[in-house]
Amino acid sequence: MKASKILKKILVYGFLIIAFVASVFPFYWMITGMTNSSVDVIKGKLTFGDQMINNLKTVFNSYDLGRIFLNSLKISLITMVLSLLISSMAAYGFEFYPSKHRDRIYNIFLLSMMIPFAALMIPLFKLTVKFGMLDKHIAIILTSIASVFLIFFFRQNFKSFPKEIIQAARVDGAGEFKIFYSIVMPSMKSTYAAGAIYSFMTSWNAYLWPLIILQTDKQKTMTLLISSLSSAYFPEYGVIMTAIVIATLPMIVIFFTLQRHFVEGITGSVKQ
Amino acid sequence: MAEVTKSNSFEKTQNRYGWFFISFALILIVIFLLYPIVYSFYLSTTETKGMVQKFVGFSNYARLFKDPMFIKALKNTFIFLIIQVPIMLFLSLLLATILNDKSIKFKGIFRTGIFLPAVTSLVAYTILFKMMFNSGADGMVNKALMSMHIIKEPIQWLLDPFWSKVTVMLALTWRWTGYNMIFFLSAMQNIPDELYEAAEIDGANKAHQFWYITVPMLKPTIVFTTVTSTIGTLQLFDEPMNLSTGGPSGTTTGPGNSLLTLSVYIYNLCFKYTPKFGYAAAVSYVIVIIAAILTVIEFKVAGDNNESK
Repeated sequence: MKASKILKKILVYGFLIIAFVASVFPFYWMITGMTNSSVDVIKGKLTFGDQMINNLKTVFNSYDLGRIFLNSLKISLITMVLSLLISSMAAYGFEFYPSKHRDRIYNIFLLSMMIPFAALMIPLFKLTVKFGMLDKHIAIILTSIASVFLIFFFRQNFKSFPKEIIQAARVDGAGEFKIFYSIVMPSMKSTYAAGAIYSFMTSWNAYLWPLIILQTDKQKTMTLLISSLSSAYFPEYGVIMTAIVIATLPMIVIFFTLQRHFVEGITGSVKQ
Repeated sequence: MAEVTKSNSFEKTQNRYGWFFISFALILIVIFLLYPIVYSFYLSTTETKGMVQKFVGFSNYARLFKDPMFIKALKNTFIFLIIQVPIMLFLSLLLATILNDKSIKFKGIFRTGIFLPAVTSLVAYTILFKMMFNSGADGMVNKALMSMHIIKEPIQWLLDPFWSKVTVMLALTWRWTGYNMIFFLSAMQNIPDELYEAAEIDGANKAHQFWYITVPMLKPTIVFTTVTSTIGTLQLFDEPMNLSTGGPSGTTTGPGNSLLTLSVYIYNLCFKYTPKFGYAAAVSYVIVIIAAILTVIEFKVAGDNNESK
């Protein structure tokens, strides 16, 4: 009896540890890779080396990393702020002002979540050319502000917001916008935090659409830089690792600062 | 009477606010989502010769079935879908079940660590995997496997059509298992403990509890993760593109086009050679149709759990 219980424990923890190590190991390797030369990286060297300064110098001097990093940051932050505002407003409109017409629109929105981006790509590309937005960041931002997923996500979370509070605020004479930004928004912090992580991650990591739209080096984003570094004839692996670390760092920082809210936010959306 | 008009006008202003709140999103979605969907369908019935675009009906769709590249892309995409998605979701569910157990120690650390891959960009982790799965004898994974005497010869991870598919699947599983696990974990918090306690009293073991309580209670979440993973796989682009030599400008996608997916094919048709927008739009509509059919099947298999949403 006892022995089988211990065996079970070993199996469960063994499985967890394998999953954990497999998940975390590439991060470790990425950080050591940043400090190693190209040859050492591709040979799978697992210890820290002394090439970090060299690698950093190369990415900053040969590839204008500062500018590219700021491009990514600019696109992601603007998209995130506008997307959170517009998507949460829409979700609020759908949830707190029920109407048959709007419900029908909402259902169409939900259906459109099934549409793969590939099916939108060509018309969007043509629109971009027509509006003269080719190679401009605005083309990336504008097309990704309204996110059906975020509208859905916010609405699911708004469902648990007590309607009585809104009624009470109305009785007290608060205007509809005031109710939204001074009562609902502040009390849904976790939802906004989770939405922020989702939105920032999506923009920061976007590849296909920027690959089509951003054609000059000046306008490139971090993902495009990493992709082009690795498809070079003579890839410099240490440099690639450095760029990967720099591209991943903001995501990790954001994730760890907002982690608590993130799990709460997802829990809220699954509850219904 | 006055009451009625008052409540009527209240409803009218309420309705107006409703429209206002959704208006920005509505306008953007109509321009950048609904219009493109419709326009894409129109495009799929046209062909561009030189400067003129002419209506060709469904002949683009008829051409698809005679196009070996399209068939190849379709086959590759389905192989990824059928093998990788179930394995990943089962792993996610298993990990979530283990981590939901109150007696497990260091839960937070395990959960965070296993979720961590989900914060990496698709391009970044793909390139990381490309370096780890270097086909030479000194590639990291090969070296590790050889030193553990699991293999004798280095595996041609990215040079062999079969192994390059395996690499993509391993990479996908690494990236998305923790992500899906979080959805399962969140949903599990809503399963009342009493259910398990009652089952325990009735003598059901852990495996029984998993199949007869956890799985049925998680049905909506299982449907959600299955649908999103299916659509995600149908759109697979970043990974095959960046795992293959030469990236977006390489001659083939993976050895012998073994990594050519539908999305990559659409990209190639539009941006690599002379643009064939009409034909590419037809390929993209095939994805739409497949996604729709699979979604319906997935809902049906789950037994109409959608009313709970």
